[in-house]
Order: sequence, then C-alpha cells, then structure tokens
Amino acid sequence: MITLEWLYLLTGLVFAIWTVLSARDASNGKRWGNAAFWGLLSASFLFGLYLSDLANGILVLVLVAIAGFGGLGRSDPPTTAPQERAALAARFGNRLFIPALAIPLTAVVGTLLYNYSPVGQWGLFEPRRETLILFGVGVLLALALCHVWLRPPISAPMQEGRRLMDSIGWAAVLPQMLAALGALFAAAGVGKVIGSLAGDIMPQGSVFLAVLLYCGGMAMFTIIMGNAFAAFPVMATAIGIPVLIHQYGGDAAVIGAVGMLAGFCGTLLTPMAANFNIVPAALLELKSQNGVIRMQAGTAIPLFACNVAIIYFLAFR
Amino acid sequence: MNYWPLLGIALVVVGFALRFNPLLVVAVAAVVTGLLGGLHLVPVIEALGKAFNDNRYISVTWIILPVIGLLERYGLQERARTLIGGVTGATMARMLALYLVFRQLTAAIGLKDIGGPAQTVRPLVAPMAEAAASQRHGTLTEDEREQVLGMAAATDNVGLFFGEDIFFAIASILLIQGILASDGVVLTPLQLSVWAIPTAICATIIHGARLFLLERRIGRQHAGDRA
Repeated sequence: MITLEWLYLLTGLVFAIWTVLSARDASNGKRWGNAAFWGLLSASFLFGLYLSDLANGILVLVLVAIAGFGGLGRSDPPTTAPQERAALAARFGNRLFIPALAIPLTAVVGTLLYNYSPVGQWGLFEPRRETLILFGVGVLLALALCHVWLRPPISAPMQEGRRLMDSIGWAAVLPQMLAALGALFAAAGVGKVIGSLAGDIMPQGSVFLAVLLYCGGMAMFTIIMGNAFAAFPVMATAIGIPVLIHQYGGDAAVIGAVGMLAGFCGTLLTPMAANFNIVPAALLELKSQNGVIRMQAGTAIPLFACNVAIIYFLAFR
Repeated sequence: MNYWPLLGIALVVVGFALRFNPLLVVAVAAVVTGLLGGLHLVPVIEALGKAFNDNRYISVTWIILPVIGLLERYGLQERARTLIGGVTGATMARMLALYLVFRQLTAAIGLKDIGGPAQTVRPLVAPMAEAAASQRHGTLTEDEREQVLGMAAATDNVGLFFGEDIFFAIASILLIQGILASDGVVLTPLQLSVWAIPTAICATIIHGARLFLLERRIGRQHAGDRA
C-alpha cells in the first residue's frame, strides 16, 4: 500500500536536492543559511517519523531561529531572459498548459476514479490520503512529460523550483507552524476560555444579538487561530447549540452550516491563515505581505453581514 | 479558570503588528502559551515537535514548484498572457468572474484541488488578469498591478471557501455534523450542505461586483492616458 510516508520521502528528497544546490550557490551571500533551513526541513520529511518528539521540537526551534534572525537569502539561479521566454512561448504554444493542468487533473480525476470504481477496493493507497498521494503522482507525471517534450538541462527543474522556493522562503513552513500553534492552544485550553468568555457576555432576550455574537465569535476566533475548524467547536458549544438551537429553537442545519461560513469570512481577513493569504502574496511577489487580505476585506465584511442575516431570517422562520 | 494562556494570542497579535518575522512570532507564542497553560518547557517543546511532525502533509505541496518553475522557464506565463490577449472582449473583471464561478462550481462537486495559489493562480490566473487589465487600460501603475494580482489570489480563495461546503463529503461539513451530533442534534451531511448555497450566491454577487468595480476604477485612472 502506498502511504503518505512515501510522499514524505519524495518531499524530503526534493528538499535535500535544494539543500545541496543552495550550499553550492556562491552567488547567494546567505547560502549556508538557506542550506541549513532546507536541510532541516528535508530531515523532518525523511526522518520525522523516527525522531523523538523532543528531537522534532528542537529541529523546529532551530528552523525558526534561522528564519527569525534573517538567515535566509534569495537565490537567483540562471534562467531564460524575458525575450527568450516570449520566443519559447510562441514556439511551444498552448501545449505548455498541459503539464501544469496534468497535476490537478491527476489528483482530481484519480480521486474520483479511485473512490467510484472497483479500483478503490484494491487498497492501493492509504485511506483518506488518496488525493494528496495522487497529487504527488501528478507532479512526477508532469515532470516526466516536461523532460521528454522540452528536453531541459538535467538540473533545470530543481534550479527553477529552488528559485520559486527561495522567493517564498520562510513563509513556506508558516502554515505548518500555525497548525502546531493550534495544537498548543488546544493543549493550554485557549478554546475553553474563549467559549466561557463568550457565554458570559451573552445578552439575554435578543435573538439578533445572540446570532451576532455567535457569528462574530466565529469570525474573531478564526482570525486569531487562522482556521474556522478550531473556532467551530468552541462557538457551537458556547452559544450555537445551547442558546440558538435549544433556548430559541432555531434550525440547527442553518445555524451549523452558516456559522461555519461566518468563520470563513474571518479566514479571508487574517495573516494567520498563511496558506491562503501570506503564501500567495509571496508566490506572486507582492510588495505587501497583506496584499491579498487587502483585496479580500471588501468581500469578507459584507459577506459576514449576509451570514448574520441568513441565520437571523432563515433559522428562525 | 486559567486565563493566562490568552496572553499567547496577544503575543501573536502584537508580534504581527510590530512586523517581527511571523515564523518567530508563532513559535514564541506557541512556547509561551504552553508554559502559561501549566506545562513544563520540555513537554512544550515535545508537543511542538509532535504537532509540527503530524502536520507535515501541509508542506508536501511544494513539490509542485519544479514543474511550475520549469514551465515558466519555457514561457508559461507569457503564453497565458498571449492567450487572454487573443480573446475579444476579454476584460480582467469578466475573466476573474468566470474563474470565480468555475472555482465555486467545481468545489461544490468536490473538486477543490483543481486550483490554488501555486497550481493555478501564479502560472495562469494572475498573468491572465494582469494582461487583460493592461491591454484594456494601458500600463498599470505599481499599486494597480498589486491590486490586480492580489485580486486574482483573492478570487481563488473566495471561490474555494464559498463553494466547497456545498459538497456534503467535505471535512468542515463532517465537523459540523460531528459537533452537533455530540450534543444530540442529529443531521445528515446533505441537510447541512444545502445551507451553504445562500452564502455561496451572496459571495458570487458581492465578489463579482467588486471585480467590476476594480475594473472601472482602473479604467477611470487611465481615462486620461488614452485621450
């Protein structure tokens, strides 16, 4: 059976190659910082399963120290010039899209085939991990396709990949780090405290204020945690279920589903949701780290008001 | 009740506001929160290491970069720009609105992995939006360019968030079902997921309108250029 661990080994290998290329890149003044950072990440993927929790924890702290004190530099491996790219684009045409689209297509069509055909019974992939594993398969397929068709220099895929990886830099591990922060928040009982505070300031007698507090709590807690999944259990058990559903007799399906979506409005507003907000800003090389959030605020705020109205009018018909 | 762990949240807010390195802020907040929650230093570091290790699947997606980088070397972004330039009547707003609806509809039938910042936004959607805007309005200013690129990423997020919950077999719907069920409120995933539709429609209207407003604002700024 192909498990997630296989994909981790592949990822560890990719980071290991970036480590070696970084260390050999004399044009980057901070090459040892880059090599150490990607090297530690590579070690985490290759050996994380076998390291003790404490060793993994120390690895994380060193990783953070390298990035936090400016140890990472941006590399600039040799590539094609803009005019060359225009000429190549004209030569290869729309077929250039095929390898790019092959990756999501492999992941999506593969998942559908796997789940809705007898192939799924073979137990080929680790359960519930098939999409991510098929994403890895898609990347390998696309690389093979590019290699046969474009005949790039052998080092080109990894050097071009390294250029993008270095432009993202430390932001690449921020989403994973935030997930770890969520785990520590949970262990320290942050959710329980917030839930009880929200319950304490709960005004009596006004359905509208209760709905507003429930949705506002979902959005606020999501902004803090970067993830509506962490907010929902807290706000549902503090206000949604006891007050809106039981006390005021609201429709549970509306309150549950739309409450979660009020949280998603918070996701659009927070740098803590790094993979949706900070990583794309880095990938698009925006000047402002908050360039994506800035464009989302105008959608998130009115949409939040819509969610409050939907619950107020449709859950209490 | 122990309110001290809330200081961890304050640390994150202050750290982000003062523009310290976010990775550093998050790690310090995690350690401090654990300590204030009553754990000792070694168990805190262990918890951090375990959680980081358990969440490695989040960072796996970077293995896509060699493919995207290689295709960019061969002119992928340039080709995306040419393609949109060849469509008569293609504007930034229309193109992004189309992508918004496409992303919502595909996510609604469970195909949420069809897009994403590295998968579609950087190689395709962002260069297409930029090309369409500059073709119609002339060279964009630095700030306008930032807005168009930011809007491309924003559109991908909005389309995903307010489409995915219409699909019943998605983690967030199953989480809602589980939490409600643990309190004796039993619902099927389908009963929940239909209630994602009203918000999805609002999202299409609000975000769609904003795309056309951005187009108009850029058009006004450049009205003098062509005269």
